[in-house]
Amino acid sequence: MFEIAIAPADDRGAKFRPVTQDSPLARYALIVTAVLFLALFLLAPLAIVFVEAFSKGIAPFLAAFDDPDALAAIRLTLLVAALAVPANLVFGLAASWSIAKFSFPGKSILVTLIDLPFSVSPVVAGLVYVLVFGGQGLFGPWLAAHGVQIIFAVPGIVLATIFVTFPFVARELIPLMQEQGKVEEEAALTLGASGFKTFLTVTLPNIKWGLLYGVLLCNARAMGEFGAVSVVSGHIRGLTNTIPLQVEILYNEYNNVAAFALAVLLAGLALVTLGLKTFLEWRHADALAGRARRH
Amino acid sequence: MEQDFGAFPALRDVSLDIQPGELVALLGPSGSGKTTLLRVIAGLNSPDRGRVLFDGENATNLPVQDRHVGMVFQNYALFKHMTVADNIAYGLRVRPRRTRPSRAAIKARVAELLQFVQLDGLGGRYPAQLSGGQRQRVALARALAIEPRVLLLDEPFGALDARVRKDLRRWLRDIHKQTGLTTVFVTHDQDEAMELADRVVVLNEGRIEQIGTPEELYDRPASPFVISFVGEAVALPVTIADGHVRFGGRELHIDTHGLRSGPARVFFRPADIAVAAEGNGDLEGRVESLRRTPAGVRATIAIDGYDQTLEIDSPLERSASLGGRVPLSLAKARIFPADENGEYVDAGDGI
Amino acid sequence: MTSPILVGKNARRFTAPSVIPGFGLTFGYTLIYLGLIVLFPLATLIWWSSELGLSGLYAIASEPRVAAALRTTFFISFAAAVIDLFFGLIVAWVLTRYDFAGRRLLDAFVDLPFALPTAVAGISLAALYSPNGWFGAPFADYDIKIAFTRWGILVALVFIGLPFVVRTVQPIVSELEVELEEASATLGAGRLQTVLRVMLPPLAPALLTGFALAFARSIGEYGSVIFIAGNIAYVSEIAPLLIVVKLEQYDVAGATGIATIMLVISFAALLLINLVQAWSRRRFGHV
Repeated sequence: MFEIAIAPADDRGAKFRPVTQDSPLARYALIVTAVLFLALFLLAPLAIVFVEAFSKGIAPFLAAFDDPDALAAIRLTLLVAALAVPANLVFGLAASWSIAKFSFPGKSILVTLIDLPFSVSPVVAGLVYVLVFGGQGLFGPWLAAHGVQIIFAVPGIVLATIFVTFPFVARELIPLMQEQGKVEEEAALTLGASGFKTFLTVTLPNIKWGLLYGVLLCNARAMGEFGAVSVVSGHIRGLTNTIPLQVEILYNEYNNVAAFALAVLLAGLALVTLGLKTFLEWRHADALAGRARRH
Repeated sequence: MEQDFGAFPALRDVSLDIQPGELVALLGPSGSGKTTLLRVIAGLNSPDRGRVLFDGENATNLPVQDRHVGMVFQNYALFKHMTVADNIAYGLRVRPRRTRPSRAAIKARVAELLQFVQLDGLGGRYPAQLSGGQRQRVALARALAIEPRVLLLDEPFGALDARVRKDLRRWLRDIHKQTGLTTVFVTHDQDEAMELADRVVVLNEGRIEQIGTPEELYDRPASPFVISFVGEAVALPVTIADGHVRFGGRELHIDTHGLRSGPARVFFRPADIAVAAEGNGDLEGRVESLRRTPAGVRATIAIDGYDQTLEIDSPLERSASLGGRVPLSLAKARIFPADENGEYVDAGDGI
Repeated sequence: MTSPILVGKNARRFTAPSVIPGFGLTFGYTLIYLGLIVLFPLATLIWWSSELGLSGLYAIASEPRVAAALRTTFFISFAAAVIDLFFGLIVAWVLTRYDFAGRRLLDAFVDLPFALPTAVAGISLAALYSPNGWFGAPFADYDIKIAFTRWGILVALVFIGLPFVVRTVQPIVSELEVELEEASATLGAGRLQTVLRVMLPPLAPALLTGFALAFARSIGEYGSVIFIAGNIAYVSEIAPLLIVVKLEQYDVAGATGIATIMLVISFAALLLINLVQAWSRRRFGHV
């Protein structure tokens, strides 16, 4: 038997730590561990890019961009992204429209297959195109006979980039459009809008932030891809070197400043991507698909 | 006891004495501080000022772990990754080695509790495989396992559907009888509080409005809030002048002992008003509509000077004609003064 | 004679009837594009490796240099994923449960390994950990080399895998119910007991998933590793690099064999993820 009394009194009451809080010591130790770990493993690698690039001052940094090979690499990278991103954008729209707005057997298998390129090593991604289009590849002899070069040329680089960035737009749009359902589209159609008009005026405004998010990540990967492109490129200076490949060549020639100067471009791209991505997640979280993993 | 705690509703000058073995309900609308009060007893919230005494000993600074309270959370808070048996055994297994019962003793205790809450044979299930009512029982068994000094339940039936609720109410009453544990539960449902509790603590905006048995709350409500919260009530705006209560030109025969002149309100329950014999009424109303019921008629009646209509059941022979005026008599009413803004200031006596 | 309407009614349709147009066009395009870009090239790889046969694959895998590279890749990826598991949990916990200056910024930076091109990560890690780099120099004083050894590979793979663990575990940490902690405390458990017995077990499926994702990614990682690995055959050569080496030697069959083995390992990891998730859904459901 047990009696409880609660009384207002002038004593100071109690000030104990809520049971759901860790002790200040544990808290402090964990925060320090996490911050140190992130600083050593994430922030330091980012910082060293800028430190190395400007280690000899501004002039050598700028001189790195005076090199025709470097400029050719920048042009090629922009060209590859300009081809690969729209290709995967169109695919992402088509795939998410058919998957989210219709029901058909085997849908989950299709979704899994679309994600497949994420589970394939970039080097293997490059290799499969060598197996199809390379000298010893499936179409190699036929292509050689007709004077068409894909491997060790720009088309191979574009194809390999499309492969590794394949799922970005689709995997952002599919869950988003599935969440949104098809009621609004059906309403627009009953009001007399054509299919295409419905897509433009109803679907697109609903998915625009998700679409931007997917394109952003797709573009970052397309411009920065190294492994897959490295396998199919042939490393011909001024012709088939993208920025990451040019970075590799400069680095292997011990031209540190030039290598890191080009790396600054890519690191800047990464920072802008992270910034925009964080902004979208913060400002338009409700217009993005549930908090899925990002690759 | 005073409590002001960021987002939590604050408690103000709460003073409460719970007798050994009592079954007490903390009743109030959401935000009234009833859950906060329960959590202060449990030691989950700390009061800024004031004291909590357990058996006369100051427990204000006693950590939750040492209070030995059996807490049943609103959504049960069962550990999903543990079986029912592991959930129940948890409180025994986390004891320091010195006081921890042997494995066999824990097993026996779990079996005993499973039987007590009528869940024999379900010890190997996971919480996800149980119904809402069964989860509630597991939560209770888990709380009982540590042989608590007091049992605290936060909205114990809130998450259940109406039928299961009724069964579990009766069951909780039985459990209380069998264990004799001092029990405090929080509810917003006045039926639940009145049916189960020995005493009910009515809370509003962090203050205790009244502490009493269900009879006391029904018969002698201490404030307008208690009247309105514990059942339906009609509130007529009246004025008091020289000890007389006036409502729209009529005088109501209500004792105004100790009340100052000025605006006031008369509260009564719909059941306490009836159609009176001609010339005998305290009030007069106009019949707006009539509907037949098995026992007579139900009239919707409008009273001049009161903005809502009343539903009054009356036997057939007294039925008035539609649109006609009828005298009404009040069996029981309570009067509380109101200030100019219509706020109540103090309680007065009833008829 | 059957009326066309009746035929339509009885015919099995591939897709449920819908007023929304464009299924044929978008679905057809999806299949063709997926087929041409992804499935056909991957099928070519499978076709090449089936030409090799199991015995051919075994012969390639048991070449000493290939075997050494596969071992290096497998074990260092595993070790890196373990380190990511440990620190990823701490980072996810700290970023979700504590508030401190700079938390949001740090949270955004967790995704850096996803966003930073691997070649850039590779050269900057190599610069940091080389004997005259910021982190390499202090170790060099004690004659410990990190860059251009297996330790370098470990560092790069820890970098690459971290966000997989953090981003998988973080949402689950934020969903941990406060009431469970409180219930545990009222039952007499101390804080450490509550953390170990009540809060960490529900994170296990997410931790295992994050671990497998980080591991699968590490198996295939190339760009960030080759700059810091030193690439010494039999010692610090990773399997993806050996594919490139074989291709440069026009040994397409050898490259295909290694690629097939790597694919099998990473698919096994992904299969594990799916099994873990299905199991935890069945077991714990959503109470």
